Amino acid sequence: MANEGVLRIEGLRKAYGDNVVIDGLDLTVQPGEVVVVIGPSGCGKSTLLRCINGLEEIQGGRIMLDDAEVDGRSKNIAQIRQKLGMVFQSYDLFPHKTIIDNVTLSPIIVQKRPKAEVVAEGEALLDRVGLLDKRDDYPRQLSGGQKQRVAIARALAMKPEIMLLDEITAALDPEMVHEVLDVILDLAREGKTMIIVTHEMSFARAVADRVIFLEGGHIVEEGIPEQFFTNPKTDRARAFLRTFEFDAVRSHV
Amino acid sequence: MDFGAMAEYLPLFEQAMWLTLRIGWVGILGSLVIGLIVAMITHYKVPVLYQISLFYIELYRNTPLLIQLFFMYFALPRVFGFGIDAEMCGMLGLALLGGAYMAESFRSGLDAVEPIQTESALSLGMTKWQVMRYIVLPQAVTLSIQSFVANVIFLLKETSVFSAISLMDLMFVAKDLIGLYYKTTECLVMLVIFYLIIILPVSILGTVVERKLRYGAFGS
Repeated sequence: MANEGVLRIEGLRKAYGDNVVIDGLDLTVQPGEVVVVIGPSGCGKSTLLRCINGLEEIQGGRIMLDDAEVDGRSKNIAQIRQKLGMVFQSYDLFPHKTIIDNVTLSPIIVQKRPKAEVVAEGEALLDRVGLLDKRDDYPRQLSGGQKQRVAIARALAMKPEIMLLDEITAALDPEMVHEVLDVILDLAREGKTMIIVTHEMSFARAVADRVIFLEGGHIVEEGIPEQFFTNPKTDRARAFLRTFEFDAVRSHV
Repeated sequence: MDFGAMAEYLPLFEQAMWLTLRIGWVGILGSLVIGLIVAMITHYKVPVLYQISLFYIELYRNTPLLIQLFFMYFALPRVFGFGIDAEMCGMLGLALLGGAYMAESFRSGLDAVEPIQTESALSLGMTKWQVMRYIVLPQAVTLSIQSFVANVIFLLKETSVFSAISLMDLMFVAKDLIGLYYKTTECLVMLVIFYLIIILPVSILGTVVERKLRYGAFGS
């Protein structure tokens, strides 16, 4: 029990043919910790999350959740995935299910929990993300931001130990980003363990216990947000952060 | 037009219509079952069965139903020493032909379901089977409905070659009556009307179902 919810990644290597995407990555995430992963596009951020969830076959190293190895080909992968709640960048709600069914389907068919209990919990979760009134709507009737909030509620319904968020606001209109990120800030306040891939730097700064800067498939720099964002140690991180500042300078002109 | 004669022929056409419907119904049901299984095999590329399925699809889609029926009705008994009756032949022939078409329709439906749907279902802890049953299959069927309906109509029309293996279907009755009484126009008009009676409701129902399902699932 002491190890409950600990994620350990050792020497992770992921390649598509000759193209090495993640190259010997080590990372340990403690319960209650919020780790934000940032880096230029193509640096392997999303791939990292997909590996953690066993959606990608890995070419080396290992990923351990508590005492179980995460392996997409193993028989117990479905059990392990129940402990890992994932939200993707693209809206991935099930279009043929109502909002409440989206949230309750997995707890009912996977965890085989009583329907009444699951529905009550699902309604509470929808209420929490401010969408209880959309209970019986279909995903197509919702805005992008609302869909992502449902996707978060759907992942939470499985009571995961760790949440994996893969650029969940990247496809949203700017005015909808906040409503989604507020939900995540709320989860962080509650002490939910999360690994977050994002391009929203001010959000990263607000939510992170630890920031990891990924480039070329390995961790170039990591640290607490105050130190990382105000005084990065590596040139690469400094250059990366400057690409965000550049926009800000231009807007003052 | 000799309406008196047409009224006289009516019971014969009606009887033939029931035969067509009986064979058509069983054949189409069979084609859906075969199509579903073969589509799954080709979508998931199940080894060995995949190659057999591709061969089956190409064989049946690229040869005329008439020849397929001839093989089953005339050639098989000679090879194996036993045959099946004409009605059974018709049902099986229709099911096998339709299966090849249904498999292709259904496979394109399966392929059209976004991979992210499978991934997000897996990430919620579902097994592969649960993903198929609850997430992919319902969406794929909805996406395929339109071409399913087109296939059903096509198969019902194909039943007109059954007369060649001595099944007394609509075509058989019409040809028979023309040969006997030379009321060609009357018989052909009745033939058209009876095919419309069979197929038009399928067309209309198909459109309604398709619209309903699409709206329910995707809102477009």
